[in-house]
Amino acid sequence: MTVDFCGLELAHPLINGSGTFDAIAAHRAFGDELFERFPFAAFVSKTVTAAPRQGNPPPRLWEVAGGLINSIGLPNKGLEGYLDHDLPFLATLPVPLIVNVMGFSRDEVAELVGAFAERTEVAALELNVSCPNVETGLVMGADPDETARLVSRVRPLTAKPLIVKLTPNATDVAAVARSSQEAGADAVSLINTLRGMALDPRTGAPWLGGVTGGTSGPAVRAIALAQVYDVATAVDIPIVGMGGVQRGRDALDLMRAGATLVAVGTESFRDPAAGLRIASELAELLANAAV
Amino acid sequence: MTRRTAPFGRRAAAVIAREQHGAYIVIRCADTGGPRPRPGQFYMLTAAERWGGGDGERPFLPRAFSVLRAGPRPDGVELQFLIEDVGPGTRRLTELGAGDELLLVGPLGNGFAPPREGRAPLLVGGGVGIAPLAIWQDELEGNATTLLGFRDQAHAHGAALLAGSSIATDDGSVGHHGLVTELLGDELDARGEEVEVYACGPPAMLEAVRERCSHHDVPAQLALESGMACGFGACFGCVVPTTSGYIRLCVDGPVLDAAMLETAAVAGAGH
Repeated sequence: MTVDFCGLELAHPLINGSGTFDAIAAHRAFGDELFERFPFAAFVSKTVTAAPRQGNPPPRLWEVAGGLINSIGLPNKGLEGYLDHDLPFLATLPVPLIVNVMGFSRDEVAELVGAFAERTEVAALELNVSCPNVETGLVMGADPDETARLVSRVRPLTAKPLIVKLTPNATDVAAVARSSQEAGADAVSLINTLRGMALDPRTGAPWLGGVTGGTSGPAVRAIALAQVYDVATAVDIPIVGMGGVQRGRDALDLMRAGATLVAVGTESFRDPAAGLRIASELAELLANAAV
Repeated sequence: MTRRTAPFGRRAAAVIAREQHGAYIVIRCADTGGPRPRPGQFYMLTAAERWGGGDGERPFLPRAFSVLRAGPRPDGVELQFLIEDVGPGTRRLTELGAGDELLLVGPLGNGFAPPREGRAPLLVGGGVGIAPLAIWQDELEGNATTLLGFRDQAHAHGAALLAGSSIATDDGSVGHHGLVTELLGDELDARGEEVEVYACGPPAMLEAVRERCSHHDVPAQLALESGMACGFGACFGCVVPTTSGYIRLCVDGPVLDAAMLETAAVAGAGH
């Protein structure tokens, strides 16, 4: 079931969505068995920003029918902290490492991409564009031109595969995908979480500390499938499809809609080894389909 | 010492008994795949069947429970969990009986550490938060003064799960009429310099314990609860504020030294 993704040879098509699995914390909880049975064919690390971030005030989670809304706010140690503390450990994982970065301006994204451009521990970079550009006020990934300007700015800085993580909270996701490709992206990944909200049933006030959050889980699966399908008609570059994947069947659907790789996110919260199970279910489905 | 690592992934455990203790249900299960937990560690629980389809089409996520008690079995470990029906997840779990199956991940998190030199353990529990104090009392072999607080008589039945406890109830139906933290205040006044406090309970109780212990300069280990999606550090949802910023309760707790908290009154889990 090996798969070629932007020149990386992966053991199977299942990876994790950024921010849904912390390999360092998981190693503390599960010990070396995590390495022996690593659930993903490549590991995507949580978004790194230039400066350290504490993240949003709690509460950060709200369970909905078939999923959850999270308002985490991208807590991370910042670029320096990541390079000093996280990267040395993540480099020991038994699979290729994809680093996800986000900046509040094109220069900041460029700084981050530049910092990883020559790092041999890093196999590929993913750009989180679900963030407002503080210079223009536009969410970078919500607008095709804004996305193109960002990708064009950072493309010359690295020869590593560059993946654009698209936001589903855009008017025309396929147009953003196409402009990413034209600006030099090697792949796109989607969907990120859908903007959602919950009210405290006792007070009627927003429940989440960040007021709104991102919705994920099987509740968004049909939306993910439609967006992957649309994007696949608009681009020729590989697609990482994700959104509510719980079973091999869900992964197969996303691949039939046009995805080369499939990412697991929320389901790992329910079962840390979900990636292994889904990969094995997918292998069986693909073997049967090939007959 | 205070943490045992869990097998990687979710595994099935057969429910061997369901017992009612007043307002609480104890679910006993046979875990053939994991180690014996340390007191204060927790598990993420899911009913193997019909997890979903309750109130609001929930539950969806697993629910975190400190282990009430653990003991050897010929085929592994018996785990006991104390459950109160307060939401769609806990409701489904309280329905389970012998022959049903739980899915669990764990043991997770850091448990209680032994008391500091020269101090005796003083256990303070409130409501369903008495759970981790039972397994800790087992390990301390009866050498712990134990104070428990409950809402009313139906909940005070839970006190039978621990040995030799002093009880307080909000309505005065059993024991001291008032708060368990008032009993704690008397103990701290009498012999604060000789004890280390171990507490688990609702946020307001834990905050009162933290304040009293801080006032008396008595060390305290608090087992906190927070809304949690995964239990192993993946979701970053369960953070609590500390003197050094937010920490994830699931991997850096759930037992925390009270000295690192500015408040123990953190948002509850909403089970």
